[in-house]
Amino acid sequence: MKKVTSRIDRSKQVIKIRDLRKSFDEFDVLRGVDLDLYQGENLVVLGRSGTGKSVLIKIISGLLKADTGLVNVLGCDLSKITPKEVDALRLKIGFSFQNSALYDSMTIKENLQFPLIRNRRDLGQKEMDRMIEVVLEAVDLSQSINQMPAELSGGQRKRIGIARTLILRPEIMLYDEPTAGLDPITSIEINKLINEVQERFNTSSIIITHDLTCARDTGDRIVMLLDGQFQRQGSFAEVFNSDDERVKAFYNYNFID
Amino acid sequence: MKRMDSNISKVNEEKPGRHVISKRIDRIFARLFDIYAFIVRFFKEAFMPPYEGREIVKQCYEVGVKSLPLVSLTGFIIGIVFTNQSRVSLAEFGGTSWLPALISVAIVRALAPLVTAIIAAGKVGSQIGAELGSMKVTEQIDAMEVSATNPFRFLVVTRVLATTFMIPTLMMYMIFIALMGGYVSVHQHELTSFTTYFIQVFNAVTFLDVFSSLIKSFLFGFTIGVVGCYKGYHSSKGTQGVGKAANTSVVMAMFLVFIEELLSLQIITALR
Repeated sequence: MKKVTSRIDRSKQVIKIRDLRKSFDEFDVLRGVDLDLYQGENLVVLGRSGTGKSVLIKIISGLLKADTGLVNVLGCDLSKITPKEVDALRLKIGFSFQNSALYDSMTIKENLQFPLIRNRRDLGQKEMDRMIEVVLEAVDLSQSINQMPAELSGGQRKRIGIARTLILRPEIMLYDEPTAGLDPITSIEINKLINEVQERFNTSSIIITHDLTCARDTGDRIVMLLDGQFQRQGSFAEVFNSDDERVKAFYNYNFID
Repeated sequence: MKRMDSNISKVNEEKPGRHVISKRIDRIFARLFDIYAFIVRFFKEAFMPPYEGREIVKQCYEVGVKSLPLVSLTGFIIGIVFTNQSRVSLAEFGGTSWLPALISVAIVRALAPLVTAIIAAGKVGSQIGAELGSMKVTEQIDAMEVSATNPFRFLVVTRVLATTFMIPTLMMYMIFIALMGGYVSVHQHELTSFTTYFIQVFNAVTFLDVFSSLIKSFLFGFTIGVVGCYKGYHSSKGTQGVGKAANTSVVMAMFLVFIEELLSLQIITALR
């Protein structure tokens, strides 16, 4: 079980969501979600596949638009800001994709350099190289700098994906299924990395997962998405100390299976 | 944000009980509007700074330089084959001396623009469709967007500009190569000298011929780029979607190129 970090500042909300609704076709995915993320906190969003967990972080990052509700990220109301302001906000949000989403045609170095070239035109090549070194060292993959993404394993790709988001020093990290498709040992390493990122870079994170080990090891607080709403919230023990059959089934499936 | 709107419009398009005429016709109009919006967005983004100079050069290299061997080989063979086939007909009434003029007119006015466009649709169009399609399904386009890079400008605008400017360049190159192929055949059979051959070629071709072919090629290049990018950028999830994007990019681009050829022929004939 993860120790709750002392860095959490409960007086400072970095994300505030109220009554968020989103539907696709006739299907209501999110039905009035309320969420608060505090400075320095790792918040885990648990839920079955297809319950709208990824939709939630795509709305936070501006990839999808909410139907109704308030989404306030770092003091900016997403429904009211211009596309330019969205871009400025995105520099403060790191998004680690489920399949890493590394650019296949680029080497690892070019992948890491890409966000810098696009957004930090003031930097010289030497400074960029130093920043690349730092993030590669943080994810323990300095030796892979000249490899192509296709040459890496699933776990290594995830690490590089995280390194690519870290390079712009985001204040918020959004992890979409960080351990999906990984073996248990690699999953534990990724969980460790998520905690290291939180401590070293002082980020606030939302971790989307259905992996209870990941939730237990990384979450300072856990919320459970059921029927398009957050129904349970608290520490790992608090969330799963429940008579709700759906919660019990979720727990049993993860730990008995 | 615009991409979000287009996703939402796609979702609305599928909603049952919301059809103005019928599901299929509504879908066709929605698709046409989507393509129109895509093209309008291209022009908007293409003229707004910051410009993606380095990426445009890279894409020009991909489209132009990498197509050179195929264009060279095809052009040369077309020149030889067309000359040999035309010789038979002209020889029947002793008109083989007209071969250089016939070849040049046919190549400059129709063969070079059309064949270059078809080669580009097959090689470049499918490549763009597959590349963007695979980037879409593996969330690389989303990754670009969340790192505050405009993926439309970086991926679509650069590729469409590259095809628009490189296909006319390849077309001019193909004219030269096909004429050389024609020369090889004419020289072999009629013993015509290089100078005489090219004097006859330049006498037969007018400024309007070259100019209209260039304009057509710009249009073909633009069409191939837009179709490839549109299909790739909007490809559905999964590897099947990537294959479909590559395939439909080629089929649709070729179909549109032939229609444009037909329409431009009517306009040029009227001008002539």
